[in-house]
This record gives sequence, structure tokens and C-alpha cells, in this order.
Amino acid sequence: MVTRYVGQPIRRTEDLRLITGAGRYTDDIGGGDHALEAAFVRSPHAHARILDIDVTDALDVDGIVAIYTYEDLVGPAAQPLPVLIPHPALHAARTAYPLANGVVHHVGEPIAMVIAENRYLAEDAVERIRVEYEILAPVVGINVARAARYAVHDDVPDNIAAHLVQEVGSVGPAMAAAPHVLDFDLTIERSCSMPLEGRGVHARWDGDDQSLRVYSSTQAATSVRAAIAAKLGLSLTKVEVIAPDVGGGFGVKIMHPWPEEIVVPMAAIRLGRPVKWTEDRREHFISAAHERGQQHHVTVGFDDTGKVLALDVTFWHDNGAYTPYGIICPIVTSTQLLGPYKPGAYRVEFYSVYTTTVIVTPYRGAGRPQGVFAMERTMDRIADTLGMDRAQVRAVNMIQPDEFPFDQGMIFQDGRPLIYDSGNYPAQLEMIKDMIGWEGFEALRAEAAGQGRLLGIGIGCYVEGTGPGPYEGAHVQVMTDGRVEVAIGLTSQGQGHQTVFAQIVADELGVPFESVRVTTGDTRRFGYAVGTFASRAAVMSGSAVALAARAVRAKALRVASDALECAADDLELIDGVVSVKGNPTASIPLGQVAVLSNPLRYAFDEAAQAATQFARPADPNLPPVAEDDEPGLEGRDYYSPPRSTFASGMHAAIVEIDPDTSEISIEKYCVVHDCGTLINPMIVRGQVHGGVAQGIGGALYETLVYDENGQLLNASFMDFLMPYATEMPDRFEIGHQETPSPLNPLGIKGAGEAGVIPVSAVIASAVEDAVGFRIDAMPISPSILFGLRTEFAAGRVEPTEVGRARSSQTDHAARKEMA
Amino acid sequence: MSTPKNNSKDSTVSPAVIVVDGRESTYDVTLTVNGVHRTARVPARRTLSDFLRHDLRLTGTHVGCEHGVCGVCTVLLDGAPVRSCLTFAVSVDGHSVTTIEGMAGDPHDADGNAPALSAVQQAFRECHALQCGFCTPGFITTITAGLAQRPDPTRAEAVEMIAGNLCRCTGYQNIVDAVLRAAELTRERGES
Amino acid sequence: MKPAPFAWHGPDSVAEAVAVLAEYGPDAKVLAGGQSLIPLLAMRIAAPDHLVDINRIAALDAVTVTAAGVTVGALARHTRVERDGAANAVQPLLTQALRLVAHPTIRNRGTTVGSLAHADPAGELTAVMALTGGTVTAASVRGERVIGAADFFRGPLESALAPDELAVRAFFPRMTAGGGTSFVEIARRHGDYALCGVGAIAELNDAGGLRALRCGYLSVSETPLVLDLTDAWTAGEQQAAELARAAVDPVTDIHASADYRRQLAAVLTIRAVRQAISAARRERLPREHSQEQL
Repeated sequence: MVTRYVGQPIRRTEDLRLITGAGRYTDDIGGGDHALEAAFVRSPHAHARILDIDVTDALDVDGIVAIYTYEDLVGPAAQPLPVLIPHPALHAARTAYPLANGVVHHVGEPIAMVIAENRYLAEDAVERIRVEYEILAPVVGINVARAARYAVHDDVPDNIAAHLVQEVGSVGPAMAAAPHVLDFDLTIERSCSMPLEGRGVHARWDGDDQSLRVYSSTQAATSVRAAIAAKLGLSLTKVEVIAPDVGGGFGVKIMHPWPEEIVVPMAAIRLGRPVKWTEDRREHFISAAHERGQQHHVTVGFDDTGKVLALDVTFWHDNGAYTPYGIICPIVTSTQLLGPYKPGAYRVEFYSVYTTTVIVTPYRGAGRPQGVFAMERTMDRIADTLGMDRAQVRAVNMIQPDEFPFDQGMIFQDGRPLIYDSGNYPAQLEMIKDMIGWEGFEALRAEAAGQGRLLGIGIGCYVEGTGPGPYEGAHVQVMTDGRVEVAIGLTSQGQGHQTVFAQIVADELGVPFESVRVTTGDTRRFGYAVGTFASRAAVMSGSAVALAARAVRAKALRVASDALECAADDLELIDGVVSVKGNPTASIPLGQVAVLSNPLRYAFDEAAQAATQFARPADPNLPPVAEDDEPGLEGRDYYSPPRSTFASGMHAAIVEIDPDTSEISIEKYCVVHDCGTLINPMIVRGQVHGGVAQGIGGALYETLVYDENGQLLNASFMDFLMPYATEMPDRFEIGHQETPSPLNPLGIKGAGEAGVIPVSAVIASAVEDAVGFRIDAMPISPSILFGLRTEFAAGRVEPTEVGRARSSQTDHAARKEMA
Repeated sequence: MSTPKNNSKDSTVSPAVIVVDGRESTYDVTLTVNGVHRTARVPARRTLSDFLRHDLRLTGTHVGCEHGVCGVCTVLLDGAPVRSCLTFAVSVDGHSVTTIEGMAGDPHDADGNAPALSAVQQAFRECHALQCGFCTPGFITTITAGLAQRPDPTRAEAVEMIAGNLCRCTGYQNIVDAVLRAAELTRERGES
Repeated sequence: MKPAPFAWHGPDSVAEAVAVLAEYGPDAKVLAGGQSLIPLLAMRIAAPDHLVDINRIAALDAVTVTAAGVTVGALARHTRVERDGAANAVQPLLTQALRLVAHPTIRNRGTTVGSLAHADPAGELTAVMALTGGTVTAASVRGERVIGAADFFRGPLESALAPDELAVRAFFPRMTAGGGTSFVEIARRHGDYALCGVGAIAELNDAGGLRALRCGYLSVSETPLVLDLTDAWTAGEQQAAELARAAVDPVTDIHASADYRRQLAAVLTIRAVRQAISAARRERLPREHSQEQL
């Protein structure tokens, strides 16, 4: 295979339509089909029983077509939504009904659907629907959930949905024998994906064909299709789901089926007209999904060298009102907490608890940021206790390059053993230290301190299991005009899949990049898939397209060898032309090979004439299509990995704290990461930039605030603060390392989440270093930091050991000066 | 400026009724959009963003928040960037609007091929300044107007130029690069 | 998030506009820039039956600069005022504050007078009006009346305008000769509402010492707060800062605690005043120079 495209920063195929306003996002679909529009009555209360729904006044609104409530749901649609990923530890799973059935459990839960000629009128009608509620007790926050004075679900009185303990080695004795033991609490607050395009559904029922086509802004088209078919009682063959252009997902759009994905198609079928729903921003805040909220209690035992002998973590995960996605996030936290380290013994226990708030499903990182926060804060604490360099403590605990594959002894989120396939963490550590200027920083800090400035440096390491199975597939077909049509089952939300998979096919097959067209997320083109999440697309679909393209190449050479009357081994396929090695005049363009691969009776165009029964003398004693063969030049293959592959990385940051205003600015931010083989380095860099930006948002700006009544106080962009360009550091630097994965044909590891995972840990580390006392809760804002510094100055907050040493040095120096 | 005509008889004085014959009052709103006169009949509360997207079927302008913070809906009103979600179509009757669909210079190049890209569009492509593309039209209109005002920005000025637009995918670094590259391309092309 | 239906009025003149307001006043809202109003309509926090859209009243789109100060018509967009060199030479606080209002795209549509009528204690222009002691002129079928800054801001989001009145212009007095101004604020993100903002007007006496010092504050009180810090600053920067800290009455919200806002009031007072005094000194230089030449 000639590598011409893989590894190159090829410009994206997607760009031309997106920069000219020709993208087709879900709300853009169906111009001219006069689709009806849906709006929803959503619960204004966190916990309430519905006593009555009076739609009388709404019916007067001009342009109202229909109003639906739970009573209008039939069959499977009237049952609770599915638990997508069941787990034995999820002993009290609860899910919602597509429209509320008697009780609502969070502000925003859908109660009634109004269908009208346009969204304006639908919202008018929604306003006029009178719902009578009996208010029930809200349960907000992990502490309130744990206290269990009130239950979110009547039949789950302790509010615990799941409880899981995993242990590797024997923590009890190891902890007892450890020379040093530390014990502390950590908190990460709730946040969310918040793509700029919200959710949307456009459903069209074809009465002639008795079939349903649904466009949805989803990360899992095939699975949405299966869910809709099941819930609406349709055959899978009569439902097609297409994810068109999607304006960002970042995890929230992997959750499915949303209630709206069931009831909007239901309305389209019943009304015999296309029906669409485009959520507005407030709806997204109160009825999509959140993540991140956890509280950890860590006990760590270590020796004088900083080596972790025993690590015991108990944490509480706020899963919101329902558990449709199961407990993937806390499982990821539990397993990825280990990072690049090998503690002597490890025990992790979590409780996943209900609250009367929006559901919690994966957001870029999917529980990893919380695990990394716990581990990295632990490393910093160990260093502080021992008076050791923070990078050195990490080095002492790292898995060494010659220890791969490394079995951590746990079960990962894909149900398979947590075995790291490859990596080189010590080399990453050297790289990140060098990039950030770790060794020279004390001098920088002292110089700044002399000018009255407060600087701090922080570091954070992570390992990310990517490319979990069970599989992905690809179909590659060469058309008679030479173009190559590729279809993969998973979806795209801006990662450049149409480009990177074309790069792979172009190299594997031997055709020009421009001749390859990739379709994603369309069940009409590819029916078996899992979805886009867990940084798996490049690993899974990348491997599948490579395998499918190889199959096509092999067949092309075989068909061509027949036509050129030579051995397949004597042929080469370059730039879309098959030719005899060393004899370029003996050649056939690939399109022609496609024609020849399909023996015809009828010629419908000039090219086809060459394949008809009288045009080519074939062996009259052999069937035109051999027993083990098929017509056409196409290949379909699947990649199913034995287990996940493990990407890794380290970030470091220098922050400055304004002594007067406590504003936190990031002076320098560096990233080193290893995602194995890079298909398109430009796209990978873009993914890292975006991930770091979300990480900075999550560390310093973004949090979702519920009051004690379960009202989301910042359900708008005015008060949920996503960073603008001005909030980003001027530059962040990225270093790459490549330890290919031995698990897939191209050696790829995932890169989609790399940027976001350790950022809160790094920023906390740096701020703590600057101010000299513990930062145990994130995100942090200037106001919060000001409060902590005030408490610290008043002596009500303990300094870190480093902080204590630094301030006594300063006192000492000041006393010397005064003397 | 003409008063938008509505469908009641008396069109000399701005009519004050919400509902006529059970329906909301509507107005004929005419805008020059990307150089072309376009008219549609809409209620007064129809935002400019919805007018462009649904009444005129120019879906390149996107809607992200409907409260003016994200900038995804930014179009040029008489050459200046505005939030189309915070403007009623009826308020700007008679004015001129440029959307992402109108960014490329000529509709077709000399050989009748697909639209040529403007300097800003070209720069976005070169610098990988977009991923999902949802925020992109808002940035391109904003930057096009910004560079017309300030053709040779420093990096800090480029950041300032895009400071009111949210992007969730790119982390902004490449978009800032694209502003500077677009300035460069404009100089190279000799456009003023 | 679509607004509830309203009856739309598009008057071509002030007379027409106030006639409509006279009839529907309590159930009507005035639409100028819409950058504050339309989000409220979209979220259905406000749902007036009538909207008086003044965007076609061309006569209101004027910025007039005289020796007394700057008069801004109701339809003058922020950007227009921000870029008016003559206006800013006469009252530099205008550009200094306007630069901090949201983002340029919002300023292209939002109006300065509209900002004032909105009476948001977190609004930069509200602070500038209070600090400079300007006026707002209200028109109705009864005629015009001029409302002084001190009387104009009644409470958070509550101005002195009667339901049937239209704010047609605002007047900002000129900066005194030899004076200097500045405006600083701190927000969570660039362009956000400030957690705290301070405008300062410093006047120097002939000897170059401080003759008068006033500071206006935003986001730290229910109505715009103006403090005379002449004596405090003369006693020392910290005195002035602590006076400010004690005088402001901020709230705690999800973005910042009241204590933090008090800290910002103190810190920003010092920053704003230092900048205003520097500006005043720069103002004086040409005159001193020419005096020397005499």
C-alpha cells in the first residue's frame, strides 16, 4: 500500500458545503414539505404528581393540529424508555415514559406534545395548556440524595440506583502496612456538552410505501432506528434513520431514544404529514442531559519514595432523575482513575444516586475527568506530604514501557478486561516537562513574586480507553465511472469523518482521494453500527474501511488479472488504474474493472456494453458468476476488537492569579498526547484544541446550578458561561507521541476526548501551587478563589506543606530585611 | 422607508390589531438579501433568523440560542453584523441583508463553475477553522465585516474581532489563524 | 423560544408613536434596538400586547455635539455613538463605557437611549448617565419633559418613564475642562455583564492637585451609585477604596459573592481613579506647555 494520504493534513471534504451555507442540519431538512412543528409542555416542577391536564384553551389557537399526552401512547410506546446498557450493579434502574405518566421527576420532563403549523403557534398553545400538579419533595444534590429524607422514586427509598465495588489486590492490609496514609474529599460539579446545535427530529411517513424516514441530530442513527421500530411497532425494514450534518454532539447526542425521537415520528404517522421538532436552547438545558457531578472520598497509603501501596476510593455519582444510559460514566471513572499508574492495591466503590434533576449521560470524557481529578490530586498530595517534586511522584508510579500489555485487573466499560495495549508514559513525562519548562519554573515564580505576581504550575496525566467494541463496519463500492462510494454506520458531528476515511480508502485501494465519497450515519446505506462515542470512530470505522477497501482491492486485481490475462501478483493499482507492473500500457481503469465485475445481459450505457454476454468471450463451461463470488466491485467488512485500545497524554499549565481580584489567567498550556497512528494530523490537532477549550470551560467557567427546589438557575447562555476566544490562552502547544496500537490494522488509538480529560486536574494543581492551599473542588472562579484566599488569610484554611515552606521563607526573608 | 403592508384594508396608518378573522396580522416584508429583492408575508414577531431560514429558505444562517449570546445567527444588516435572532423582520423592512450564501464574490467563476470562495471562506478551509460547521456562517459574516473595517489586524485584534461568537468545536485557535490568513489573502487578491 | 403574539405598530414620527402609547401605554413596550427586550420576549418573561417599533423614525437617529455636551437620539446605535469622534472628545466616558457594552455585533443594533430606558443597574450607560449627571427627555401626548439622572433610575429595571412616555433623547454633559475620565470593569467573560464596574471623573486644580473626584458604580447596587471621593482620595487611595467597599450594596448570585463584588469595587475604584487622573494630566499638558511658552 502506498501511503499518500494517511498521515497528511489533507483539507476536509466537508468544508466546501459548510463554509458556503450549504450544510443540511436537521432543522434545514424538508424545505418545501410544510412540516408541522412540535413544542412540548414541560414540567416546571422538579417532582410532582400530575392531577389534571386541561387543553381546552390551547385548542383555540389558530393553526393547532393535535395535542398528545400519555393517554395517546399505545403498545411499546406507552412503556418506559429502555435501559440501554444494563448492568448487574444497576439494581434500581428507572427510566421515563416518552410523555409523563402521572409523575414527573425533573424540571423539563415532557408532559404533552403540541403539533401546529409552525413553532410560534405551537408555543402559544403550550402556554395555554393548564396542568394541575401536586408538588412533591425535590431531591437536589448528592448530599440530599444520600440523606434520603425524600425519595426521587417511591420504590427506591434510599435513592441509590447502583452500587459497585471493584478491588484489585487487597487494600485493607496494604493500607495498614503503609508508612504514610492520607484521607481527603474532592468534588466536581455538574456540567454538560452543550453543542451549538441542539437536538432535532424530522419525521416523514410515506403512506404509499408504509415506511418511515426520520432525520435526527444523533450520534447513533442505527440504534435510534431500532428503538423507533420497536416502540412504534414497525419492521426494521420500514424505518430509516439519517443523521444529517450535526452541529456538535460531544456525547449528549449518544443518548437515545429521546422521548421526542419516539413521539414526533408517532405524530407524523398518525397525522399523515411530516412533523419536525427543533429544540430551543432552554429545552436543551432542562431536558437533554448533563454530567460530571461527583463527590469522592480518597484514602491513599504510600511509602517514602512516593509509591502508592494502597488506594481506596469511594465516590457518589449524581445520575439525575433516571438511568436510561446505565452506569457507564461511574464505571469509566472507577477504571480510568488508575491512569498511567500501577498502585499496589486498588479498591473503588461507587454509589450512583437519584436526584430530581436532568438525566446524566456521557459528556466528552464520560467520567474520566472525575477519575483523573481524583488520581492527580492524590499524586499532588503525596508529593506535598513528602516534599517531593510532583512530576517525580508520578514517575515513580508509572507503568514502564516494557510492561505492556499491562493488565490492571479490572473490567472496563466495554465489559472486557482493562488491559493497556501500548504506551510510553515516562517519555511523555519528559516531553511535557520540557514543553512547559518544569525545571526552570521555580526561578520564574520567584521572579514574578518579586514583582508582586502570583504564578503556579500544574500537571495532569491520563490514560483513555478508546475504541471499545463491539464492532463497526464499512462498505466500499467502486462505481462504473471510477468513483468510490464508502458507507460507514457510525455518525459525524464535525470530526471530519468524510475526509479521514476517504484518506484510508484512497491509500488502501490506490485511488485519488477526490474520487472517494464517504457517507456516514445513514441506515439506508449501512445498517449495522454502534455509534460515535468513546473516541472510537477512527479506531473502529477506520479499521473497518481499511479491511473493506483491502477486500475490494483484492477483487479488483483478480477481475483485472482475468481481463488482462496475467496473474494478480503482476498487477498494481495506482491512482485508480490497474496495470501490469513494468508495462503501463497494459492497464484498465478501475471503473472499467467495476463494469467487468458485473456480467450483464443488457447494456444501459456505453461502459456497460463491455460487460454484456457477447462483448467478452467467457468460458462457456463456467457460470458467469462463480459459486464463491458476487457481482460488482464492492467489499463489506467489520472490525471487532478483542478489547479497547489505550491512548494517553499529559497536560501542564502555568497560571497567574491576580492578587487583588483573584482572577485566574492561563499563561501557558501544553499538551502531549499519544493517539497512535494519526490519519490526519490537522484534524487531530483540531480535536485537541476543542477538547482543551471545553476543559478550560469546565475548570474555570461552566457549571450547572440547581437551587434546592430543583430549578436550574442558569438555563441560558447568559448564565452558563462557555468560553469565547478571549477566554482562551493565547497559544496552547501540542506535542505528539505515537505508540501504535497492536490491536487494529492501522495502529490507531482515539483522539476525540484527549483535550478535555485532565484539564480540571491540571488547573487545580496549578492554582493550588500558586496560592499554597488545597483546591479540592472544581470548577473554580475568581469569586470562589477570593473566598478561599480570604479564609486562608484568616487562618481558617490549612496551607499545603509547600505553601507553608514558601511563606516561612518569605517571612524569613522579610525578617532578614527588617533586621 | 416603506411601511410594510398588511392584509387589512387601511394601510396608511400602522394597524394595531393582533388578530383579524382568527389569524395573527401579517405584513409583507421586503428585504434585499444578497443583492436580490425578496418578499414574504409574515407576522410581526417573526425573527429575521426565521424569516431567512423558513420564509426565504436560506438555511445557511443558523440558530443557536435565540437570546443573542452565541452569535451563530449573525448576518450583515446594511453591511454591519447583527444578531438576526434579536431582530424582527418587520423592523428592517426595506433594508439590505447579507448572509453566508452571499459571501462568495461572484455567483460563479468565469467558467461557470461552482461558486468561488471569498478570502474569508478560503482562509477557513486552509486553516481548518471549522469542524461541525454550525457556528461557521456567523463567524464568516462577522469576520468579513470586521476585515472590511480593519484590514490588517494584529493577532490580539483578530481575537477581539471574533470575541462575540461562540464555537464549541475548535477552541478558536484556528479561527484566529483564519482571520489573519483572510487578511493576507485579501491583500494578495488585491481586493479592497 | 418564540415571542408571544403582539400587535405591532410602526410609527413614522414621534407624534404617531406617542399617540399609540397614549392609547395602549400600560400594555405596550417600545422596541428600538431590541437587544435587551427581544430576549425577554423570546423567553416569554415579557409578553406585551403591543409593541411600538420606533425603528422607522429617522428623526430620532441623531447625535449632536455642542459646547454643553452630547445629545443622543433614541435611535442612535451604540456603535454610532462609540465612534463619534466629536462626541467623545467632549465626553470621553461615552466611548470608554460603550466599548465595554456586550460585543460589537450587539452594539450595532442596540441603542444608547434604549439602554438607559431599560434602567439596568448592571448597564454601563446607566452608570455613565448617573455619573455625569445627564438627562433623559421623555415625550408624550402631553409634550416633552426633561428628567435628571438622579430622578430617572427608580429601581432595578425601573425608570421614571410613565407607561405612555417615549424616551426621545439623552443628554450627557461635557467633561469639565482639565478633567479626565475612565471606565473599568471586570466580567466573567469578555463582553458579559460586569461583576462590578467603575467610571471615574477626576478634575484637577491649576496646581495639578485633585479638585473633584466622582465615581459611578454598576452591578453593586439596585440603582446606579455615585460617590464623591474627593476627600477620601486626597487622604489616600486605600481610604477611597474602603469607602467604596462600604458604600456598595451588592448581591450574591451564581457568578460572584457580595463580598467579592465589594472587593472589586475597592480594587476597581483605585484602578479607575488612577486612570482618570492620568487622563486629566494628559489633558493639561498642551495648556501647560503653551503657558510656558508665554
